[in-house]
Amino acid sequence: MDIDLITNILYAMIRTGTPLLIVALGELVCEKSGVLNLGQEGMMLMGAVIGFIVTLVSGSLLLGFLLAMVAGVLMSLIFGLITMELSANQVATGLALTIFGTGLSAFIGSDFVGKPIDGLDPIFISGLTDLPIIGRMFFGQDLVVYLSFILFGAVYWFINHSRPGLILKAVGENPHAANAIGLPVFKTRYLAIMFGGAMAGLAGGYLSLAYTPLWAENMTAGRGWIALALVVFASWKAERVLLGAWLFGLASILHLVFQGLGFSVSPNLLAILPYLATVVVLVILSSNQTRSRLVAPMSLGNPFYAKG
Amino acid sequence: MKQNPPPPRLTLRGISKQYPGCLANDDIHLDIAPAEIHALLGENGAGKSTLMKVIYGLVKPDRGELLWDGLPIEVKDPAHARKMGIGMVFQHFSLFETLTVTENIALALGDDAGELEPLAEKIRTVSEKYGMAINPEREIHTLSVGERQRVEIVRCLVQNIKLLILDEPTSVLTPQEVDTLFVTLRQLAHEGCSILFISHKLNEVKALCHKATVLRSGRVSGECIPADEDTTSMAKLMVGDDTPVSTTYPKKLGNSPLLSVHDLNLNSPDPFGVQLKHINLTVNAGEIVGIAGVAGNGQEELLASLSGEQRCKDNKTITFADTPVGKLSPDKRREWGLAFVPEERLGRGAVPEMSLTENALLTGFLTGLVQNGMVAWKKAEAFADDIIAQYKVKTPSRQAQADSLSGGNLQKFIIGREIMQNPRILIAAHPTWGVDIGAATAIHKALINLRDQGAAILVVSEDIDELFLISDRIGAICDGALSPIKPTPESSIPELGRMMAGDFNPAREERVTP
Repeated sequence: MDIDLITNILYAMIRTGTPLLIVALGELVCEKSGVLNLGQEGMMLMGAVIGFIVTLVSGSLLLGFLLAMVAGVLMSLIFGLITMELSANQVATGLALTIFGTGLSAFIGSDFVGKPIDGLDPIFISGLTDLPIIGRMFFGQDLVVYLSFILFGAVYWFINHSRPGLILKAVGENPHAANAIGLPVFKTRYLAIMFGGAMAGLAGGYLSLAYTPLWAENMTAGRGWIALALVVFASWKAERVLLGAWLFGLASILHLVFQGLGFSVSPNLLAILPYLATVVVLVILSSNQTRSRLVAPMSLGNPFYAKG
Repeated sequence: MKQNPPPPRLTLRGISKQYPGCLANDDIHLDIAPAEIHALLGENGAGKSTLMKVIYGLVKPDRGELLWDGLPIEVKDPAHARKMGIGMVFQHFSLFETLTVTENIALALGDDAGELEPLAEKIRTVSEKYGMAINPEREIHTLSVGERQRVEIVRCLVQNIKLLILDEPTSVLTPQEVDTLFVTLRQLAHEGCSILFISHKLNEVKALCHKATVLRSGRVSGECIPADEDTTSMAKLMVGDDTPVSTTYPKKLGNSPLLSVHDLNLNSPDPFGVQLKHINLTVNAGEIVGIAGVAGNGQEELLASLSGEQRCKDNKTITFADTPVGKLSPDKRREWGLAFVPEERLGRGAVPEMSLTENALLTGFLTGLVQNGMVAWKKAEAFADDIIAQYKVKTPSRQAQADSLSGGNLQKFIIGREIMQNPRILIAAHPTWGVDIGAATAIHKALINLRDQGAAILVVSEDIDELFLISDRIGAICDGALSPIKPTPESSIPELGRMMAGDFNPAREERVTP
């Protein structure tokens, strides 16, 4: 295998992993607060369609990305209102959000299918981009990929070293105790949900504005679900989310790799690898109850009822 | 008194709080002076919890006002209460299991917490100063219940504290740990901190508190100086009517073994559970065996093994009379004549969303409530009505959902359901948990009756007074091991306390306490 192929595979791995990484970081923060939002796919699609239309009309990629994130936040607020104010079941609400987002985005975007825009260009960093093998991978990407590196660092620091991160974990573990010692449970969960929405919107925008600069119905193709699996796969640790996202990215371009090597394997078969990996990790996690109870946020999916 | 220069640290004036269907606090007045240890006495449901939540800002009163150092104040939320210098130790701890001691305390301190390392140092200093050493680096799930309580107390002490509220703090401690706690509290009061000590245990209030306010059904039913009263007079204030507050029952020793456990070992599937170690136990027909212990020392695991929720590897590990049942399921054991009152009322003792009739049917199905595979609803309803009447369960009707009942009432219903099936063996966890004195006496009498009819009864409880009252033989469980079981008259509270702490050494000299 020649060096160009390796370079290209690594480049594509990061690029493919980036939307997964961004959504999964958002979902990680959300789940750390004890909220399980299965609406990632719907929020991503809304981000993708809104970002695309805004950019097409205004010609501004920046505006497109910003409004993609706003769309994600608005979607997440629907989820937030229903699960927080009305204490509805989070799983059902999240599923409904995905179905809603899929339909609404298809409706809004029906006139824009197949229209071309100029996508986000890569930014080369002189000196670094030309490094062998890792140059292209880390320093030959577009702005959003660089942003995802920063986002990862920020989320990692936030969860592990900041005081608000400590509050986030406390709320996710035991919201009643958190309320009893005066921590703002509702505010924390709302912010976490909105962060998840913003990240899903950004990732959706990345797909329609940079990864494949066009709009197609249902273009996220299950990435929201992979991201959800990824958070479990990472056992709710930011650094494992990063590695997992890239690993899942690699898995989804693996058919290209095999082609390059002269094998022919069905891409559909390879597409199940991320899910297979998640199932294996789940089995390993749940084989040890101590571990499984300690890694997952303890109140994940449980509604918190307002005080008396 | 009114002209005394220092105003009370805290004054409550006419506090009232109405919940749907229940007036929890009705015109409550209370004064706590600086450096005073003040008891808030009352039975479960008397309104103690609501009142302290009002003080701590968790509940807004409908009427009435609070005065802090003589000035009216409205406590907005717990964070505000903390800023004022009010600390609270909850009965159900508000700790986060996966976080360390330092992180837990940092969370409660808000923005005053500062960096974690100096805070850890402060925690170490403060905890040692008050004789409650804890390691700030430990994660909460590795701590015992007593240690967790220390964390809660230390959490209050690292701030500038003026009023410490403790909600039933001794219910999770061994008698020796209670003594240590009292030393700490006295030291705190001596330094000027006011303490509000919420309890229903009269002996403790008498030993510790300077003043007491007694609540009954949401109202102040009396105030007293505990040192000048005897426990009977305080109990009268608490209970009100002429319910006998102390009775004794004749002790009996059973004859033939009905329930036997032979060398039971169990690795708990729960990561926070306890491993059972070589448990041997016999309960004879016609006796009550009591097992004391601090929560989380293997009671749950032992009860699950006896009820059949957790099967044994060897069928002979547990025998009912001569029948090996170690591998039998709970309903097969019930068919044999076992009745079981689990620790957790909602979820295991009763299905929360089901009506009382349906819940009666759940374990009563063997007593003719099911015929030819069909539910005999008329009989089931009659059975439910019987339980409600005999055990004075306060409920609108048998159609009420189990989770609409108060804890004590549901407890009465569950106990009644089990006892009225006339079991040959009854296993009961905390039989009177959360019920008032009158109902507790009724439950005790029912247990004694059942014993006198020849049933074997095993009671697991954290309430030592209760165990001494009704048990014929008594022992303790600690860290998954069972102490020797002694006839109750030959045991004593200090000895049982040592057993609860894991000291089973029989050679040790008995110390007499006055």
